Amino acid sequence: MNKTWNNKAWFMVLPVLVLVAFSAAIPLMTVVNYSVQDTFGNNQFFWAGTAWFEDVLESDRFWEALGRNLMFSGIILAIEIPLGILIALNMPKKGIGVPVCLVLMALPLLIPWNVVGTIWQVFGRVDIGLLGRGLAALGINYNYVNNVFDAWATLIVMDVWHWTSLVVLLCYAGLVSIPEAYYQAAKIDGASRWAVFRYIQLPKMKRVLLIAFLLRFMDSFMIYTEPFVVTGGGPGNSTTFLSIDLVKMAIGQFDLGPAAAMSIIYFLIILLLSWIFYTVMTSGDETA
Amino acid sequence: MNAQAKTRNLSWIVPTLYILFLLLPIYWLVNMSFKTNTEITATFTLIPQAPTLRNYQVIFTDPAWYSGYINSIIYVVLNTVISVTAALPAAYAFSRYRFLGDKHLFFWLLTNRMAPPAVFALPFFQLYSAFGLIDTHIAVAIAHCLFNVPLAVWILEGFMSGVPKEIDETAYIDGYSFPKFFVKIFMPLIASGIGVAAFFCFMFSWVELLIARTLTTTDAKPIAATMTRTVSASGMDWGVLAAAGVLTIIPGALVIWFVRNYIAKGFALGRV
Repeated sequence: MNKTWNNKAWFMVLPVLVLVAFSAAIPLMTVVNYSVQDTFGNNQFFWAGTAWFEDVLESDRFWEALGRNLMFSGIILAIEIPLGILIALNMPKKGIGVPVCLVLMALPLLIPWNVVGTIWQVFGRVDIGLLGRGLAALGINYNYVNNVFDAWATLIVMDVWHWTSLVVLLCYAGLVSIPEAYYQAAKIDGASRWAVFRYIQLPKMKRVLLIAFLLRFMDSFMIYTEPFVVTGGGPGNSTTFLSIDLVKMAIGQFDLGPAAAMSIIYFLIILLLSWIFYTVMTSGDETA
Repeated sequence: MNAQAKTRNLSWIVPTLYILFLLLPIYWLVNMSFKTNTEITATFTLIPQAPTLRNYQVIFTDPAWYSGYINSIIYVVLNTVISVTAALPAAYAFSRYRFLGDKHLFFWLLTNRMAPPAVFALPFFQLYSAFGLIDTHIAVAIAHCLFNVPLAVWILEGFMSGVPKEIDETAYIDGYSFPKFFVKIFMPLIASGIGVAAFFCFMFSWVELLIARTLTTTDAKPIAATMTRTVSASGMDWGVLAAAGVLTIIPGALVIWFVRNYIAKGFALGRV
């Protein structure tokens, strides 16, 4: 669409600016402030320069948490994206099945995140949970409280349960936008099922898949509540992700300086990801 | 033809299995919510042997429990209203005009949607303490604007860009003033977009816990945070915990029904 140049449009953006300044810019400045200062208490601060940043970047604790974050995001993307595509391809196209599927599938997305954690906690517990009991009955030794592998498996299955529907809904939206004529043409040409998928459905889903991929990546990268409820970061530190570590440091131990420095590094990573996301999205807008 | 007919007949299996997988943990929660604590801990039953409503009774009669729901609903509704109201003119500006720094501004808004709430928990606490807003509904409502306003702007901008610009121009020629045009003509045209934006604000404010918990102590404590205190002297009160969980699922299920036809488009941020 042709847009006219009009700087008065700033007045329309003003309410949003004020709101976001209050809820984002000012708090962020506080973080920057803490990250370069040290304190002996009594609200007396002095300049600490980049000491906190060096501390954080040199600590194993930070890199291990970052590594766990990346591994978690990688695994859940590798499962959720193909699974989401598979389910979307098999969704009913019309009839009563459509709203039923959509509503049931969207259900996990609307559950508060700590309730998701609670649901999986009680579902997986060896003493009272259906999953825990079921696995025990099958002779599988499963205990997410003290076994690292089981804890990870539980978190991953929980995330797949929680968020695959997002991928499904996005892919479904892309699929229903394909005109019926495309399929008829493919049929006349005698295209195989795979060819229809590869040359008609996949290209049409490309954009929504990108959105799904990036949203899932970023949201899993800042995951906090669900692992906090289910494993509390344990056993040991095996499921302590960046967010969990950060909250522990800032609110639990009140180590303001390192916590603030870590926040900024964390935020910069996210900023880089957002920039990639934005570039991809807007270049899509122009070609579409 | 035969092979194709066969795959078509079998294709319902995949979504069905997936939905079963989704419903299984929820079924277990609902199942537990109708049991007594002794039945939960001592026996293993697939359906409640002695169905009881005690757990729900506890929640509906104890103010510490039901006020949690009221608190959550108050700040979620406040947040939805604030976010959508502020986002409407901004989204219009982004969809219709180019102005100094518009792209940078749009990007900056987006980064707030991506910002990890954990980064903001501590500064929020200090900022709202300084204003004496801790433990009020409005504090949580404003704090949640951090991610909901950018989201609302984004979704609305997607829907608004789908409305041809000629409509605006015709309205001006017909002598409509801008506010009158916006409310009387433009808003009905993007009604579904407003509904979807409101739904998403509702959703993300409803499911968020970290910030809501940090900013509240008692008077505005959300239900999700109340749930963390079910440990009593006699051990975990699993039944009440399950019942509270079930009750947090219901509002979400209700609003999904109203937006079911637009939900996919909303997740694609109005850009399918």
